[in-house]
Amino acid sequence: MDDPLLLARAQFGLNIAFHILFPSLTIALAWILLGFRVAYHRTRDAGWLRTYKLWTKIFALTFAMGVVTGIVMSFQFGTNWPGYMNSVGAIAGPLLGYEVLTAFFLEATFLGVMLFGMNRVPAWAHIGATALVALGTSLSAFWILALNSWMQTPAGHMLDGGQWIARDWLEVIFNPSFPYRFTHMMIASGLTAAFVVSGLSAWRLLRAASDETARRTLRVGVLLAAVLAPVQTVVGDFHGLNTLEHQPAKIAAMEAIWHTESGVPLVLFAIPNEKTRTNDYAIELPYVASLILRHDPGATLQGLDAFGDDHPPVAPVFYAFRIMVGLGMAMIALSWFAAWATRRSRAPSRPLLWSLAAFTFSGWVATLSGWIVTEIGRQPWLVHGVLRTREAVGEITGAQLGVSLTGYVLTYAAMFVAYMVVLTHLAGEGAEAASAKSVPGASAAGAAAD
Amino acid sequence: MDLALIFMVLMGVSVLAYVVLDGYDLGVGMLMPAASAAEQSVMVSSIGPFWDANETWLVLGVGILLIAFPRAHGVVLGALYLPVVAMLVGLMFRGVAFEFRMKALGWHRELWNWLFWAGSFLASFSQGLMLGRYITGFEQGFGYLLFAMVVGASVCGGYVLLGATWLVFKTEGELQRKALAWARWGLVWVALGVGLVSLATPLVSETVRAKWFDFPRTLALLALPAACLWAGFVVWRSTGRIARGEGGRDWQPFAASVAIFSISFLGLAYSLFPYVVIDKLTIWEAAAHPSSLKVVLAGALVVLPFIVAYTAVSYRVFRGKARAGLYD
Ligand code: HDD
Ligand code: HEM
Ligand code: HEM
Repeated sequence: MDDPLLLARAQFGLNIAFHILFPSLTIALAWILLGFRVAYHRTRDAGWLRTYKLWTKIFALTFAMGVVTGIVMSFQFGTNWPGYMNSVGAIAGPLLGYEVLTAFFLEATFLGVMLFGMNRVPAWAHIGATALVALGTSLSAFWILALNSWMQTPAGHMLDGGQWIARDWLEVIFNPSFPYRFTHMMIASGLTAAFVVSGLSAWRLLRAASDETARRTLRVGVLLAAVLAPVQTVVGDFHGLNTLEHQPAKIAAMEAIWHTESGVPLVLFAIPNEKTRTNDYAIELPYVASLILRHDPGATLQGLDAFGDDHPPVAPVFYAFRIMVGLGMAMIALSWFAAWATRRSRAPSRPLLWSLAAFTFSGWVATLSGWIVTEIGRQPWLVHGVLRTREAVGEITGAQLGVSLTGYVLTYAAMFVAYMVVLTHLAGEGAEAASAKSVPGASAAGAAAD
Repeated sequence: MDLALIFMVLMGVSVLAYVVLDGYDLGVGMLMPAASAAEQSVMVSSIGPFWDANETWLVLGVGILLIAFPRAHGVVLGALYLPVVAMLVGLMFRGVAFEFRMKALGWHRELWNWLFWAGSFLASFSQGLMLGRYITGFEQGFGYLLFAMVVGASVCGGYVLLGATWLVFKTEGELQRKALAWARWGLVWVALGVGLVSLATPLVSETVRAKWFDFPRTLALLALPAACLWAGFVVWRSTGRIARGEGGRDWQPFAASVAIFSISFLGLAYSLFPYVVIDKLTIWEAAAHPSSLKVVLAGALVVLPFIVAYTAVSYRVFRGKARAGLYD
């Protein structure tokens, strides 16, 4: 168990998986907050102000979690993957550098004004600060996804004395999978935020059915999800076609296609068996995989046997892909039904509220599954066709990695529990304020206490 | 144009900016247990809008190390692996404690206050430990470890000085009076630390000794310790004046503390130059491929003025004395 490669991978995977939970919520929530803020400015309705303040608190908490876990990430690259920086550092470095320079400072500085400056600056400046925070989070996603996409589908690079350097930066940044990955991730963030907003609002309505502001935010979340979920399916489909072109081994693993053949069935469910290189208990739709991926039921698809040993482990990629797509379909169903059930401000039924509450963190599950498909599906490569994961590992000893991994696990567990406790507390607090309120004229003052 | 040199200066500037900026908010964190609950709220308010941006300088500093001196990044952070993890754990608890303590009540709030203190302390101490290990070239042995612990303690003292003088600047009344006393304690601590480090570094490193004890250059170099002493004296005198109500300006102790840090930093930089890993790796040996340095430099030159400008805007928005109740 003191294999440094395994431990380094476990540690990196744990850190990034924990980190991404928070950005995937803050990136889109920042834009939603901007919407709430502008709505308050336009209507002068105290309800929007209350909404803005409640969700700002949730945002601030999530953002803080994102920042502190992100700082850990920035130390991980060099310590766990020195081979990575020695080989492709001249490409990864500038992309990370631009993220710090253009995104991190922007969001971190204006966050102060956004959170604490509402009564200190004019309304336009406060709206501007909110917009700049949202812009900063999206820019940060832009740069980091440019890097990640480049690792999946490298382009615009050349070799110079044993090091990879950029030949054309535009090609590096706008590499073949970048547009798909960026769009897919931004929508994933939108869906994550939409279900957190509607889920927590549903939670509050379950406790205080008369809460007007919760009903309004529930509707905002539901409508956003209803628009984004189908778009995500289409974007995901294009993303898959792009992957087929550039990383066929990944697609073969996602679909558990062991042997190259024509008229390939779509495996709905199975237990991939690495030993026999077949699928156990498979439930299949004949010809459908060929149809989806080649738009021709008779088309030939490359199977895993075409890649020798150079293909990723099948089971995690296969399962994770089904979880993501399954959740995507469930999201469409739930959001469309909820949008219809709450039309013209009809009160949502309790079963619907419970369903939405149950889906609060569905975005997180789908996002993590998606990243597992992407990252494990890239193995054994770290940078596809350029650098193998095994070549990049550092000299940190297994013992040191063991200590630090334990430290991170304990810290993350504690932080995560605290985050969840406060989140439920904030959601409940809103509900209590709403049931206590009913007194006309009791303004936003109550909601503003520190 | 020497790219490695330019990036060393850039990295130095971001590390100094980090030390001074996050130093004051870490210092305020370490002072929490010495204050009453009401005062704690004011203390947190005084750093609330700034801490996140302050920590971003750390990300930039370590980012430049990674981007511009990738070979050194592996060596330095590899040798400092465990203190780095300790620092990160400290920074994590402290960063989230900030948000959590504002939202929690009762014993939960007490717990987060405690974690805020403990995280600030752990982060500061580990940073000192890292500095101590770094300037002795990561030599192993009990003596070196002891030395690193002493440096750890002095960095804590230094941050307490920055934090206390920040509070003198940003608060008033009883809390300001307390902060004046804390500042003087911090100053004594820093004097001890800076003294010890200045004496010990030439002893442990041949290279450093040769650089400082080289007449007549030594005479010119004496300007550094002299300036440092003078800045310390300014802290002592101005805190006294403010305490006695003799019209000292309340930003003076903070400014003078920043000067102490900057001068000590310059001294260290002089000791180490041109090494990124002392006696082992120079900045030129460690430098990244010029193509990547050029792209980053172009971006940095365009963006850094903006960063400085909007940082100034944020300090202007939150100028004046801090009050409890940040979210109002
Ligand atoms: C798709 C989005 C995304 C992804 C894949 C990552 N991040 Fe991230 N990161 C963000 C989106 C983001 C963000 C939205 O910009 C955050 C989250 C919350 C926040 O405060 O900013 C952030 C914060 C954040 C911070 C703190 C910034 C600050 O001080 O304000 C650092 C240092 C990193 N990240 C570093 C990384 C590294 C090295 C990653 C890759 C391995 C990474 N992040 C993946
Ligand atoms: C944001 C969500 C992300 C998640 C959830 C994620 C998840 C993972 C996981 C689970 C692994 C381990 C795979 C394995 O070891 O089999 C991994 C590996 C890795 N990922 Fe990601 N990743 C994310 C984003 C990124 C980004 C943005 C980058 C770089 C810019 C990146 C770079 C790497 C590297 C360098 C490895 C190491 C190779 C390895 O461990 O196999 N990842 N990631
Ligand atoms: C419903 C239909 C969906 C399809 C067909 C689909 C398709 C895909 C494909 C093919 C990939 C892998 C790309 C690659 O690495 O080559 C992927 C990755 C990913 N998916 Fe999905 N997806 C769907 C839904 C969702 C949903 C609902 C979410 C989250 C809310 C989501 C989040 C992600 C994320 C975060 C990644 C990794 C980042 C990336 O590579 O873009 N996906 N998706």
